[in-house]
Order: sequence, then structure tokens, then C-alpha cells
Amino acid sequence: MMDTLALRVAERDLLSPTLLRLRLTSANANKLPSVTPGSHLVLDLPVKDGARRNAYSITQAGKGGTFYEIIVRHSPTSRGGSAFVHKELTVDSILNASCPSNFLALESTAKKILLIGGGVGVTPLLALARARMERGETLEFHQFCTPEEKPVFESLLAPFGQGVACVHAGRNALDFQTLFRRQPLGTYIYTCGPNAMMERVLTEATAMGWPERRIHQESFGAGGGNPFTVTLARTGGTIPVAEDQTLLDALESADVPITSLCRGGACGMCRTPVLAGTPEHRDHFLSADEKASGRWIMPCVSRAHGACLTLDL
Amino acid sequence: MSICFHRDEKFRVPFHFSNSDAALLRFPFPFPEDSYTYSVNIEPHTRGGPTEAFSAQFDVDEHYIAECQDRAELLAAEPSRCTVLPHMHDAEWDALELIMSDMVKDYPDLFTLTRDGDQWTWHNRPLGLQDTFTFGNASTLPCGPFEYITRQAQGDFTLQDQRDGNLFLDGVTVTGAADYSPAFDLGMSFDEWHGPATVATEMGIFDRALQYLLKLQVGRPVRRLNWTLTVNPRFDTSAENYPVWGPDRTTITPDNIGNSLFLRVELQSLYRLPGSNAILFNIRTYFASFGELCRVPKWGRRLHRVLRDLPPELAAYKGLVRFLPTAVAYLAAFDDGSPTSPGIAPDIQSLRPVGCPA
Repeated sequence: MMDTLALRVAERDLLSPTLLRLRLTSANANKLPSVTPGSHLVLDLPVKDGARRNAYSITQAGKGGTFYEIIVRHSPTSRGGSAFVHKELTVDSILNASCPSNFLALESTAKKILLIGGGVGVTPLLALARARMERGETLEFHQFCTPEEKPVFESLLAPFGQGVACVHAGRNALDFQTLFRRQPLGTYIYTCGPNAMMERVLTEATAMGWPERRIHQESFGAGGGNPFTVTLARTGGTIPVAEDQTLLDALESADVPITSLCRGGACGMCRTPVLAGTPEHRDHFLSADEKASGRWIMPCVSRAHGACLTLDL
Repeated sequence: MSICFHRDEKFRVPFHFSNSDAALLRFPFPFPEDSYTYSVNIEPHTRGGPTEAFSAQFDVDEHYIAECQDRAELLAAEPSRCTVLPHMHDAEWDALELIMSDMVKDYPDLFTLTRDGDQWTWHNRPLGLQDTFTFGNASTLPCGPFEYITRQAQGDFTLQDQRDGNLFLDGVTVTGAADYSPAFDLGMSFDEWHGPATVATEMGIFDRALQYLLKLQVGRPVRRLNWTLTVNPRFDTSAENYPVWGPDRTTITPDNIGNSLFLRVELQSLYRLPGSNAILFNIRTYFASFGELCRVPKWGRRLHRVLRDLPPELAAYKGLVRFLPTAVAYLAAFDDGSPTSPGIAPDIQSLRPVGCPA
């Protein structure tokens, strides 16, 4: 159901030993879909032992759909995706991607935006900051990184100017409370980086009375998760659910009859009884009590805590 | 595909409206089962569905020209029916591009769009329009871009801005308000403009729908059906014009109900706009008289059961109380008690000619 884009690597630029910038154009000379700042796309990466679907923020998009730019960190704990991007992709490589999505969009009422990035979490913030700057709107950008990478991030943030953007080496180089306290009313926070950092931003800002709806964290829509196996109690079958697949998609692929409608955790049509295992609830349909009971799951969005679930199907 | 447009229809006094057999069979009948309750009945708006009304993104049917004319008449009298707040200007162009692109894709015989950089030429054959304009420059169009394109598409349109974890109704072209006031609702948040629907609010319907819509993504539109009953085929049953249409509610009799009472269905579709991140909402309204609907045996039976068993608070909210008993009595004659199949499809390929008893 998802539209696929064929992309060609047009430029490849190693910013540091582990940070690679790619400029992607349409592989078939079509215009790329226009995107709003904060968007990401999911690349299909054909690694050796199968396929990885990794989400990458678009740091810059060409006017008129000419290109998307992303920055990919080669992480030592990579499951193969980022290693593939660094080692296998060259100029003119072709790869597939899903059409971009955005869960970190700018909002028209923001008087100012305060950007707080950690490491490669800089990527969506670059797009947001560029859009604000082009419109002449106020922003303030704080980026955390290791001392070794400070020059790389300083050059990435250089377009925004001194006094607007600042790179901090080490996580304790900036006091959030002081930073938050001097922000004008109507400031929206956008943060992307390690979970611990985003959690700290959320906790300290809300403790000071910052409206929670004006704190945005990149989540890539929280679509996938750890793979797990589902057992069907009535028929005895077991079905694997891949990390980038929903439980509903997996059940449908295995021809398990199941009623569904919205595919977004709102309508309640696919509600399914759970007999064993712990659901990881991501829906808006079940009540807090129903979620706590663990007796039901909405397979269109929810997954499993742990390796298996048994459903009354 | 060729459409035989009904050019002489009138959605105000003196009313003149009917559905061809083909139009009736493609009607988006809103009841998938024999009873009705509120639910978050949202699904992906993919091309194709239980009737042909679901074949396109923005459905064009035989009433197209007459509906555009009705809109033009109301906008001439009440220009504020199209109002867009200033921060939605990017969304206006977004909406124009999306609607034009989809209409060309779904109806290449009726509409063409030629793009030469920012110079676009739009050709609308049914309405006999051809305009060349500069995309992004409103002064090159005869009116604002949102008004321009929504004058040429069926159904009402609204623009929602997303901010602070909510949606705000910040642009409207609404000439067919089913018992609400677009001018009053302009600028409201999602929960505010749904406030009058107290039963659904208490059920948590709108909280869930909002969370779902906040995550709506470009290229993956969604749809739902909504319904009410309207006396006469009148689009403008707005709150501000209640004195004009409200008294119609007292006119339904057992003799005229088949021709005068209409099931009014809204095929509502929602689109995330790619350049502005706003949401475009189309409320595409279809009318079918009770007499027409009962030519489809399954629909006659089901409509009887749904209205007979409708919870009183829903009947009150939808403004049906005054004529509901008359409607149920009329429909009873079309319900032989036999079972109905699940889903909304008519289950027949052609209609028995009018006047021939079953």
C-alpha cells in the first residue's frame, strides 16, 4: 500500500569517519514528491542476510523535487543497514525508498523554535532550522556531540550564524534550566538525539511548566520495533512479525481472517484477544484499564514486549 | 467514461433533482449493517470500493455542473462561505495542486493540466473553463487558489492547520453545511467544532479520531461516511439560513415522503498536503430520495431497520424527530423481513423500471 520511490545516489560526501552525506535524486528522472521540513524517508537496504528498512531524516530537499539529502551515521552496533550505506552505496547506486512521512512538522503559531540535537539527531533539525531561517523566523539551535566531532557539527551549523547556533562538546556543557528559562513565551522545542537526552529535555521543560504539546521529539512515527512471533491458539500456527512489519500485515500475509478498517489504532475493528504474552500497546482505542489487563491487542499498530504473543485466532 | 450531466437541476426552490439508475447504483449507501451507532469508521481512501462512488479521489458524477452552479449562486450571495485565514496561503496552493492532479488522473477526458515551470494551464471541459496562471501567484487567478479550485469540485472543502497537538479549521469553502455554520466554526479546534455532537464526544470518538488524523501522511488519504436526512435536495442547510429551510421539516406527509425526504450522505475524505503540512477535508455530499433508495431492495430493508432502531438521542441530534415516525412507517412497506448481506453494496446490477411492482 505504500508508494515506492526509486532513488539514485547523486553525490556522496564523507563528513567524518562515521558520518556520510548522500544526495539522492529520482532514478527515473521524475520529480520527487515535495516534502515539509522534518520529513524522513525509509530506505530499503538489501543487506546480506535479507533487507533492512531504515528511516533517515531529510536534511535538505531541492526546490521543485530535484533531490533529497540525508546524513547517515555508521554505528558500530549497526544491524547492517548503516554499514551497507557506508560501504556499498556509491555514486549512481539505485535504491528504493518509501514516500516521505513527517512526524516533526513546523507549526504556524511558533514565535520561536528551540532546537536541541544530539549526535546524528542533528539531521531533521537542520531542515527545520533552514526553513525558519529562509522565512526570517526566529530560532535557536543547540547541538551536542563528542569533542572529536565538534568541528564537523560546527560546519553543519555554520549557515545559521553565531549566536543562533552553538555546538557543545559533552552532555553537561549546557544547563537546560538556564536555557529554557530565558526563552520567550510561544517557543516550541524540537529535539532529536539519544533517548536519554530527549527524555531529559522533556522532563526538565515540563517540570518548569512548558506546555507538553510544544515539545516535539523525532519518533519516525514509531512504526516498527523488535521482531516477534505470534502463535494462533485456534489453528496452532505460528507467524513471524518482522521489525518493519505490523502484526496486522503479518496476519494478513498469512491469510488469517481478521477484520480491520483504519489501520491506525483508532477504529477498534481489529481488536483481538490475547491469551499469552504481553502486548506493547500503541493504539488510541483501548482504555487504560483494558491496556493494563493485557487481554486485548490492536494488531494494526501494537506489538509485543518480548519474543512471543499468543492470540485467540 | 462519459458522464451525461444533468444541467437543469436546482438545489433550491423550485427544486429539480433526480438520480439516474446508474447514479443510484453507485450511491455510497452509509449503513454496512442493519443498525447504526457512532464509531471511528475511518479507512484508507484508496481508489475502488463497494460502489463506483469510491472509484476516484474527488468523485465527479452527473450532478457536477449543477452543483458547481449552486455553489456559484450561494457564493455570489454570501461570499464569506469561502474564507481562508492568512496563514493558510501555502495550503491553498497545495490544495489546488492536489485536486487538479487527482481530477486529471481520474478524469482525463474532462480535465487537463499543462505545466510549463510555474506557468500552468487548466482546462475544465464540463464547465467550459480554460485559465493560464502562475503557480504561487494568486493575482494571476480570478480569485484565491482555494476558491478557484473548490468552485470546480463537488462537495464542501475545509483546510485544517495542525498545531499544539490539535487541528484548527482555518479555511472553508462550505456551501452545503448540514446544519452547522462554517462562519461560526472558522478558527475552532477539532474538539470545539465537534462540540455539538455530545454523544460521540462522550464515547471518546473524537479523541481517537484526532490522534489518528494528527498522524495522517502525505499520499495516504483516508475516508469515512456520515449521513443525515434532509427535506428536499437542498445543499445549503446552514445554521445561518435555518429560517429558509427549517420550516421544510414540517412539510413531510405519508403522501410526499417518497419524493421529498432525502438520505444525505457525506463521503468525507482527508488528505495531508505535501507543501504546508495542512489537512484538506472534502465533504462530498450525495442525495437520494427515499423513493429512489427503495428501488434497491437491500437498501430499503436496511434503511427501515436502521431508522426504526435509531437511538432517540441520535435522532434528536440529527434533527429527525419531527418526521422520523412517518419515515419508518413509509419504509416498513419495503422491509419483508428477509436478511441483508453485510456491507453497503446494492447487490444488484440493474434496477427494475419505476412503476413495476416487485
